[in-house]
Amino acid sequence: MQFLKSIVKCCQLILIVPLIFLLGFLVSNVHSESSRLLTVVPDYKLTFPHDYGAHQDFRIEWWYATGWLKTEDKEPLGFQITFFRYATDHDTANPSLFAPKYLIIAHLALSDPAVGKLLHEEKTAREGFGLAYAKEGNTDVKLDDWTLVKEENGRYLVDMQGDDIGLQLSLTPTQPVLLQGGDGFSRKGPKPEQASYYYSEPHLAVTGTVFRQNKPQTVTGSAWLDHEWSTAYLNEDADGWDWVGANLDDGSALMAFQIRHKDGSKLWSYAALRNAAGELTLFEPEQVDFTPERTWQSPYTDAVYPVAMRIRTGEIEWLLTPLFDDQELDANQSTGTVYWEGAVTLTRDEQPAGRGYLELTGYVSALDM
Amino acid sequence: MSSRLLFRWLLVGEWRAHLLQALVAIIAIALGIALGFSIHLINSAAYNEFSTATKHLSGQSDLQVRGTQAMFDEILYPTLVQHKSIALANPVLEFDVVVADKFADSRDNKLTILGTDMFRAINISPDAIGISTDGDRLDGLSDDAIFLSPAAMEWLQVKQGDLLQLRSGVQTVTLRVAGGLLRARVGQRVAVMDIGAAQWRFDHLGLLSRIELKLAEGINRDAFKISLAQELGEHYRVIESADQEARINNMSRAYRVNLNMLAMVALFTGAFLVFSTQVLSMIRRRRQFALLRVLGLTRAQLLRQVLLEGTVLGTIGSLLGLALGYATAATALHFFGGDLGSGFFSGVRPDIHFSWLAAATFFILGLGVTLLGSAAPAWEAANAKTAPALKSGSEDIALVKLATPWPAIACLVVAGLFTLFPPVFELPIFGYLAIVLLMVGIIALMPRFSALFFSAFLAISTKKSSAAVPMLALSRLANAPNQASLALGGILASFSLMVAMAIMVTSFRVSVDDWLGQVLPADMYVKLASSGDKGGFQPEQQQAMEAIPGISRLDFSRALQLTLDPSRPDITLIARPVDNDSPEKIIPIIGEAMASASFPAGSMPIWVSEAMVDLYGYHIGNQVNLPLGKAGEVAQDFVVAGIWRDYGRQFGAIQMQLSDYQQLTGDENVNAAGLWLQTDTASEQVMTTLRALPFNDALEISHSSEIRATSLKIFDRSFAVTYLLEMVAVVIGLLGVAASFSSQTLARAKEFSMLTHIGMVRRQIFGMLAAEGGLLAVLGVFLGFVLGWTISLILVFIVNPQSFHWTMQLHLPWGWLILVALVMVISAALTALLAGRRALSGNTIRTVRED
Repeated sequence: MQFLKSIVKCCQLILIVPLIFLLGFLVSNVHSESSRLLTVVPDYKLTFPHDYGAHQDFRIEWWYATGWLKTEDKEPLGFQITFFRYATDHDTANPSLFAPKYLIIAHLALSDPAVGKLLHEEKTAREGFGLAYAKEGNTDVKLDDWTLVKEENGRYLVDMQGDDIGLQLSLTPTQPVLLQGGDGFSRKGPKPEQASYYYSEPHLAVTGTVFRQNKPQTVTGSAWLDHEWSTAYLNEDADGWDWVGANLDDGSALMAFQIRHKDGSKLWSYAALRNAAGELTLFEPEQVDFTPERTWQSPYTDAVYPVAMRIRTGEIEWLLTPLFDDQELDANQSTGTVYWEGAVTLTRDEQPAGRGYLELTGYVSALDM
Repeated sequence: MSSRLLFRWLLVGEWRAHLLQALVAIIAIALGIALGFSIHLINSAAYNEFSTATKHLSGQSDLQVRGTQAMFDEILYPTLVQHKSIALANPVLEFDVVVADKFADSRDNKLTILGTDMFRAINISPDAIGISTDGDRLDGLSDDAIFLSPAAMEWLQVKQGDLLQLRSGVQTVTLRVAGGLLRARVGQRVAVMDIGAAQWRFDHLGLLSRIELKLAEGINRDAFKISLAQELGEHYRVIESADQEARINNMSRAYRVNLNMLAMVALFTGAFLVFSTQVLSMIRRRRQFALLRVLGLTRAQLLRQVLLEGTVLGTIGSLLGLALGYATAATALHFFGGDLGSGFFSGVRPDIHFSWLAAATFFILGLGVTLLGSAAPAWEAANAKTAPALKSGSEDIALVKLATPWPAIACLVVAGLFTLFPPVFELPIFGYLAIVLLMVGIIALMPRFSALFFSAFLAISTKKSSAAVPMLALSRLANAPNQASLALGGILASFSLMVAMAIMVTSFRVSVDDWLGQVLPADMYVKLASSGDKGGFQPEQQQAMEAIPGISRLDFSRALQLTLDPSRPDITLIARPVDNDSPEKIIPIIGEAMASASFPAGSMPIWVSEAMVDLYGYHIGNQVNLPLGKAGEVAQDFVVAGIWRDYGRQFGAIQMQLSDYQQLTGDENVNAAGLWLQTDTASEQVMTTLRALPFNDALEISHSSEIRATSLKIFDRSFAVTYLLEMVAVVIGLLGVAASFSSQTLARAKEFSMLTHIGMVRRQIFGMLAAEGGLLAVLGVFLGFVLGWTISLILVFIVNPQSFHWTMQLHLPWGWLILVALVMVISAALTALLAGRRALSGNTIRTVRED
């Protein structure tokens, strides 16, 4: 029974594992690459607002927002929300309104140093009946009563009420869209098809309300939004990835990631730094290095995460320090589908520089279930 | 001397001398208890398992929404998901399909499929989610994947990766066994697949069977249930698990209670045996007790002694019975499942659960009836006048008190009154009480009957002949009627029960046979192996069938399930062409049907089964509403135009015009067709044409004679358990005959010694005993027949209509009754003879001297 329970939970979990796991894991699970799906190619020109919306012809797509909030008592608080759209290989000829052609998966997490660990909730549903969808044309994603909508004026509205935590935020852009890779084509590995379309919206001004046990708290802050879609999957040698997105105090925005080889070496890496004036600097894989500064061992999974990370982008040396150590997304200890997703502060060449979110995946060995 | 020591001496002494009688009494009690306890255990195990299995798959929902028909439009689903009082809504599509490999076994070829949305189900009924063991989690969404419970896999002999061919309507669908349903109940055969795939592959697009709901925090379930039902209107039912339980309970209750009652009858027979054993023992020990009284034993002590003896008998018998009952139930459940041939609890494999409460109840019952059987003899023994009791030959006087007729007559009168009472909780409680009182009354009146009968017989035969042996036998029976009646009682009780059961079952069977003739007027019937409520023969397929040569008439019919009351099982609606002026041509109408001229304007006629009258209060001329037609449209009026007999569906059935149904619902499909052949056409010819139809794979073609034979086979199987009970009654009855005869003849050892002393030869004494036994049995069988016939009237005309809501005609199985009567008489005579041989083997001189 216990075994079974864990399998059921596991099924549930598979659908909520964010970013890299979905990209790699789910895609590797489908029987055959469906011909209806498109692959990511260079030289595609992103157009807005069209590309704010969903791209049904690609396997997977997500809208991901993280940020630092401040309560009225000046207490810091981190949040992360993600909406995934995932195209299944279900026969498109099925006229049933229940046909699970697309899945919508959403994820909500709060990092409160006063609590000392991550609070999180997740949901999954098949698209249909107007209950769950990711619309084309502009950002408009819904999963039951969880919604993420981009208004005409560019502002994002987030409304997500879970059992214990909830968010009602408005995210207002203060800077133009940042096209990763320069034109929105973001390579994820040595092979050209290992890529995604990817843009970010850094320095979103946040106002709104955070709910905990149904108690509202007014918050303000600054957020970062990523929108990424792709069909091809990660290199089969990939083990996991380390990613950071940060709003810097001087108005700059930094995004960097490295994809780790199973042997621990660097398979691929990338970084982009845009200053307040809008000048974008892109770094080649050999210019970007991630070096663990301090590790934290999870008491739940025994996984060891480099929660404090030193990142070199060209000549610049960044040091990432977590808001608190235990930001492991401990969805279920028995399955091992656990990763670290946390609020961090950054220094640039030893000087305080800004705040962001660090994501560390693939550190729990039991991952390949 | 301590009283305990005395008790032991008396008890052990008595039992040592009359071990057989004590054993018979114990066995009788044990058999009655065993039967009752095992039936209870089997039924409660089956019922609980069925109920749990049903609830298991609907998970922990607060409420369920169902349609009044088996399926409803999925449009309701998003409305419920977005309802502010509803936290979670889980859509389920449930239907049966026929497994192609099992097609030939029409009784056991269906598999229930649950179409679910795993992302919704996980929060309400996680057990209804398929699990693939090779790690491919999203396979649950594949449109060719099906997940089977372990019992279903075992039944179908498939494993993960195998292909499974399933038939629904006229099409065959091939699915891949993608994994298991590990948490299905043991023995539960069920399959799960994605709801979108199920709707598409099995042609149920746009339909749901139910939506399971979890309410938002702080919502009062009872209040919300009412308000939601109002919101949704009359085409939907809002159900909580209590309703579901009530539904399952209603489905099988009459069956279960009636089986338990039969077990009680066996126990009652056992109690009577204890009574006769105790009475005989009292008589035998009359002088012993008188002597003890003279020696200073008080009345209370004597009373206690006799009651204690009864307690020991009852305790041993009941404990044995409990053990035997448990063993029987465990064996039966292991080898035959919990169904007992009733068909109510198929598809589950229950485990036996020992219930202390039930065990205690049956123990007390066993002990109670034993004490009841001992009470009267104990009272008599304690109150006997000491001086006459010390004398020999006073035995018959002892029984005079027992023969006071008034309580017996009171019993009979009350029994008569009880037959007039209505059912209690839809159960024929008073009918059963009337049967018990009738038996008690008649048995108590036995001595009178026996004295009257044998005195009259003696008077007549003295005039005609003077042969010594028959005269002796007759005068003995005429002048010691109380002792004779004890032996008689055993025969009477068991024979009357057999007669009653036999008449009831025969009446039922003959009525069912007649009824089958009426409801199967066509020569051949064609139906789809599985069509559920949706699907069936579409118009083009109907035309193809109509075009078959050699058919003089073709009647299509549409059958579907309707929920009129969520706490009751569904009723069946049958739409077919009916002649409004003479519906009795194809419907087994009882009494007069309403003439079509008197149908109220605008009302459509319906003909309802007897169960609709009992359960829903329908009467001829009633105007009623049925949840047919499209939601939101003005409800159509129906008028009850006739009542018909239905042995097929005890929960109610309604017939209506097919044209009315199609006009109302727009549903053009039909499930079955009746074919009348032209006189010069051979049925093989039509069969061949049918088999050549493109959709012939899914057809079940049968001749009406085959259906009739199969139905009667099912009938006989359902009554198999009553045949078993009759056998038990026969065994108990014969044991009673043996016990009472042997004890009486032993008690008469002195009489036989005297007869030998005055010159009778042994052969003559044997003859006398055989004559006595035979004569007694003749009277017992005769009275047993009268009593059994009376009981059968109660069973046929009160118990059956009240339990199952159908009536039947009385039919008597003369051949069988005569056969059993002969067996009874012969076995009684033989037993008397055998007992006599033993009595006469003793020492004549000693016995005479003793006297």
